[in-house]
Amino acid sequence: MGAILTLMYLPIVLVIIYSFNESKTSSVWTGATWDWYIQLFKDGSMISALKNSVVLALASSVSAAFIGTLGAVGMSKAKLRGASAMEYISTLPIMLPEIILGMVFLAFFSLIRLPFGMLTLIISHTSFSIPYVLLLVKARLSGMDKSYEEAARDLGASELQAFLTVTLPLVAPAIVSGMLLAIAMSFDDVIISVFVTGVNTNTLPIKIYTQIKTGVTPKTNALCALLFLATVFLAILSSWLGKSKKSEMPPIEIIPSQSH
Amino acid sequence: MNASFVRKRSAIAAVLPMYIFSIAFVLGPLIYMLVLSFLTRGQQWGVSAIFTLKNYTDIFEPVYLATFAQSLKLALISTALVALAGYPFGYFMARLSPRWRSRCMMLLIIPFWTSSLMRLYGWMIIFRANGTLDSLLISLGLIESPLKLLYSFPAVSVGMVYSLLPFMIYSVFASAEKLDWSLVEAARDLGASPFSAFATVSLPLTMPGLYSGVVLTFIPTMGLYFIADILGGNKIALVGNLIQEQLLRVRNWPFAAALSVVLMLLTSLFLLAYRRLSHSGELEGLV
Repeated sequence: MGAILTLMYLPIVLVIIYSFNESKTSSVWTGATWDWYIQLFKDGSMISALKNSVVLALASSVSAAFIGTLGAVGMSKAKLRGASAMEYISTLPIMLPEIILGMVFLAFFSLIRLPFGMLTLIISHTSFSIPYVLLLVKARLSGMDKSYEEAARDLGASELQAFLTVTLPLVAPAIVSGMLLAIAMSFDDVIISVFVTGVNTNTLPIKIYTQIKTGVTPKTNALCALLFLATVFLAILSSWLGKSKKSEMPPIEIIPSQSH
Repeated sequence: MNASFVRKRSAIAAVLPMYIFSIAFVLGPLIYMLVLSFLTRGQQWGVSAIFTLKNYTDIFEPVYLATFAQSLKLALISTALVALAGYPFGYFMARLSPRWRSRCMMLLIIPFWTSSLMRLYGWMIIFRANGTLDSLLISLGLIESPLKLLYSFPAVSVGMVYSLLPFMIYSVFASAEKLDWSLVEAARDLGASPFSAFATVSLPLTMPGLYSGVVLTFIPTMGLYFIADILGGNKIALVGNLIQEQLLRVRNWPFAAALSVVLMLLTSLFLLAYRRLSHSGELEGLV
C-alpha cells in the first residue's frame, strides 16, 4: 500500500520540484527560483483561464445542486411513472465514456446553433455534475427518517415550508459533498471542454493541455503546483464536512409514535 | 384536495427541472448522435440528410479495426493491472482501524482530485529520454542507454492504470467495508487456512466491488484520448483519439457519430454483463 501511495504522489512531487527550476527546458536542474510563479501572475491569459474555470465550476455545480437535489427529493416523495428510466437517463453522463458526451454536445449545440463558449461549457458541465448530486442526495434521503417531514406537515407546515425547514437542512451535507465532487470534476475536465468551448474561452485544463502538447515552461509547473494546493484544501474541507455528517442527525425519540 | 394528491403534485414539480434538462441535454443529443450516424457527410462542410450505412461499414476498414483492437488490448491490460493492484489495496484498507482508514482515504482523494493533466505531465518527466526513470536506472547500473519509454504502449498503460486505480480501490473498499469479518473468523475457527478462508468467504463477498471496479476502469479506458495523446504521442491511437480526430480535424461528423454509437454499444454490453454478474444495477463506490 505504501508503495502504491508513493507512486501516486511521485509525479505530483516531480512537477512541483521542477516548478522551482531555473532552466526553461525542464529536463535539467540548474538551480532554484521563484521566478516562474511571479511570471505566472503576470500572464493575463492564465489569469483569464483561471477566472473561466472558477466561473464554470461554480455555475455548473450550483445549477447541478439545484436540479439534482429537487430531482432526488421529488423521486423519493412519490412513485412517478417512468422515474427509473429518467433516473437512468440523468445518470448516463457519468456512465458513458466522456468522449461520447463531448461528441454529442459538439454536434447537438451546432445543430441548435448555440454559440460555443461559456454557456455551452456550463450546460455540458452541469450535465455530468447532476448525477453526483442526485446519487448522493438520494442515498442520504433513503437513510433518513421520513417522520420529521411528516411531523412538520402535521403541525401545519406547507409542503414547501416542510421542504425548506426540515428536508433541506438534513440533506445539506450530501448536497455539499456532491457539489464539491462536481467542482473537482469540472475543474479537471479536458475531454468534454475541448469540444464545447469557443475560440476565445480557455479553461485552465485546456490551457495546460495545449501547453503540454506544444511545449511546457516551468510556468505551467508553477500553475500545477498552485492547483495542487487548492486541491489539498478542497479535500480537507470535504473530509471535514464528512466528519460532521454523522453527528448531526438528532435522535428520533422526540417524536412519539402512534402506538403510545 | 387529499394529501397524496398534493404530495404527487409537488413531487412532479420537484423533478421537472431535472426531467427537462435530461431530456433536452442528454437524451436529445444522444438521439441526434444516432440519427447523425446514418447521414452522409456534406461535400465540404456539415452534413446532408441522405440515409447511408457507409459510416458503419467504414469501421470495418483495417485501419479502424486496428484502432479498436489496440483500444481493447489496452483496456484489458489496464483493467487487469488495476484489479491486481487495486483489489488488495481496497481490501486491506477496509481492515485498517477507522483512524488510519480515514487517513488513507484522504491520501487517496488528494491525488485523485489533483488535475489529471498535472499527474500525466509528471509521468512525462519520469518517462522521457534521460528523464527520472532513465537516470535512476542508469545510476543503478541496470541499463546503459536511455529506455525512451515516453510515447510507447507501456507508458500509455502506466498512465491509464495510474489514472483509474482510485476507482478500483474505492469500489473494492466500499464492498470490503460492508463485509462481516466474523464470517471470516468463523471459517478460520473451523480450520480453514487464511488463504482458503479468503477464497471461500471474503472473495465471493467482495466480488460486487471488484466487478464494479472493473466496469469503472474498463469503460473510461476506451475514451481517455488525452492520456494516449500525452504519453503515447501520435503512436498510440485509441477509439477516443479516432473520434476526436474525425470530429475536430477531418470534420467527418457522421463517421465520428457512428464510432461513438459503436463505443456506446460496447459500453452497454459491458454494463449489461455487469448487471448479470452482480445481480444489481448499482455500481459500488461510484460517488
